Amino acid sequence: MLDTLRRNDKSTEEVALGIRRRVFEHAMRNNGGYLSQACSAAEQLAWLYNEELSLGAPTLPMIPKPFGGVPSADNPEYHTGAGYNGPAAPEFDRLFIAPAHYALVAYATLIEVGRMAPEGLEMFNRDGSSVEMIGAEHSPGMEVHNGTLGIGFSTAAGLAWGRKRRGEPGRTWVYMSDGEVQEGQTWEAIAAAAHHRIDNLYAIMDVNRQQCDGAMRSVMDVGDIGAKIEAFGGVAVWVDGHDLDQMRAAVKTPHRGKPLIILANSSPFRGMPTLQLRFPRLHYVRFKSEAERARMNRDIARSLGVSPVDYGQTGGK
Amino acid sequence: MVEMVSRPYERAFEKHALANPDVLCLSADLTSSCEIDRFRDTHPEQFLSLGMAEQNMMSFAGGLGLAGFRPFIHTFGVFLYRRPYDQLMASVAYPRRKVRLMGFLPGITTPGGMTHQAIEDISVMRSIPNMTVLETGDATEVESICEAADSIDGPVYCRVLRGSVPRLFDTPIQVGRMRELALGDDVLIVTSGITTEEALRARAALEGAGVSVRHLHLNTIKPFDAAAMLDHIGSVRHGVVTLENHVTEGGIGSLLAEIMADNGTGKRLVRLGLKDTYAHGGSRPYLMKHYGLDATALVAGVERVMGAALDIGEADLAAARIEAVHSTVKAEGL
Repeated sequence: MLDTLRRNDKSTEEVALGIRRRVFEHAMRNNGGYLSQACSAAEQLAWLYNEELSLGAPTLPMIPKPFGGVPSADNPEYHTGAGYNGPAAPEFDRLFIAPAHYALVAYATLIEVGRMAPEGLEMFNRDGSSVEMIGAEHSPGMEVHNGTLGIGFSTAAGLAWGRKRRGEPGRTWVYMSDGEVQEGQTWEAIAAAAHHRIDNLYAIMDVNRQQCDGAMRSVMDVGDIGAKIEAFGGVAVWVDGHDLDQMRAAVKTPHRGKPLIILANSSPFRGMPTLQLRFPRLHYVRFKSEAERARMNRDIARSLGVSPVDYGQTGGK
Repeated sequence: MVEMVSRPYERAFEKHALANPDVLCLSADLTSSCEIDRFRDTHPEQFLSLGMAEQNMMSFAGGLGLAGFRPFIHTFGVFLYRRPYDQLMASVAYPRRKVRLMGFLPGITTPGGMTHQAIEDISVMRSIPNMTVLETGDATEVESICEAADSIDGPVYCRVLRGSVPRLFDTPIQVGRMRELALGDDVLIVTSGITTEEALRARAALEGAGVSVRHLHLNTIKPFDAAAMLDHIGSVRHGVVTLENHVTEGGIGSLLAEIMADNGTGKRLVRLGLKDTYAHGGSRPYLMKHYGLDATALVAGVERVMGAALDIGEADLAAARIEAVHSTVKAEGL
């Protein structure tokens, strides 16, 4: 970790708390959002951005530009949102957010570590904005499209192989979700990475055991992910996804000739225990009534140590 | 006497890859079937075996493109878009990665039946934004396909012929430039890939029957400049016949239909090819005859456009056969 590149002096714990607070505030104002992803992922993304990743200074404006068109031969000004992670220089790490549905949480992380202005989150899911709901290539912090789940690790494996071939010291990282292991492509990718000895490839997987339809166990159980990764030729390390010291230790696991995948056991309620009332449908929490919204506002604010959000409630709420 | 060239792709790829260190050779367990086995054995450092796992291969290739490499993916055409279509879209086409999709065994050039016959690939690829589509019709085009494909600033899908391939042309592919093979003024025949050879056969008989044929061969299907084609359409009295090794929806027949309708040419169009049907396994000559992709079908198409019977029989077409073209060609094996 290059401390000189830190753009803030927050502790990683503070960054994680900040991520939860920002996503909470956003969800309250917009009558819903990806709250559970913030709960499960906050420490992992905070650790990556605040400690583990070696990234250069952002190359794109702190306040994101509007949508600038899709890639085409007629759009020479096109660029991805990767500049929020700094330049694609040989020495720096790269990060793909494989579950693009975590975009809201990833944007909140960029703000907390000083890579994007808070105004960026106000543009979330607004027409004409690049700060899209499902992170697109051109969204802040994104470099490739991952909204179709299961393709991120493959793309990263190809990039990592290419970077290794070119002698670049920077690593290629993927932020993964456990739901992706239902996609066969994930296993093709791990086998390919092992076969080609791609060991500059790292992933941390948010094992929150939730997916769109509900608990993974009820949708399609995936068994022991760690054992499967090892069987396919990768190195898997289990950690508590909210324990920074365990992540710090796990990344040091030897994995010569193999990709390293850190499996972060996490809770989709962490920091917002009242979300348990919405189990098992946690993928996108949309409040069912003004009463529920008000109750969540009060309870989650208390859990996060902030004041309830003013979202224009009518008097008496 | 048409020259038959053995395995033109093998030599062409090796030459191109060795001159371009950022070119990588990717294979999905069909290495000898795609004539890259010698390259694998002699240049392993530029070869990546990715197994029977096309979804990963497609996204992996996108990652290689992101790292500045230009991967040539080798497999049968069907395996480049049916199973990994999502990955093709998200990892290759959208971001305009310089991935070269080398699709072997186009259309009914394989006895492998439905699972192996890429009969709607052009339709699929034409409809993908950012995609370039090239098709080879002879040995010279196969010999120049690597250089042509690698000149594209973005992804490109190529229909590649393998094995013993006739040499019809003596100049390499120029991307975007159609070949004007005859400039008559009764009927315009537009072909691509293996159907051009059939049209050459039909032309001799048609001209013998007094039909003045204008014949164009397409090796660049997308992007397509309509202006030159409109001049040709305007130069014939009766109308246009297309013949393609593909379903008649979405391929070059549709391409002509779009150009003609968009510009209000008001001329007749007969689209020949697979008519909303799958094919089955069999030899190439059998399948071309059975599904109406051969010279006989083309003559019938010309008759429809002209509204006249030409009295050309199988014997006339057999007599017009380009000597030796099929004599050394066996049914394509897997």
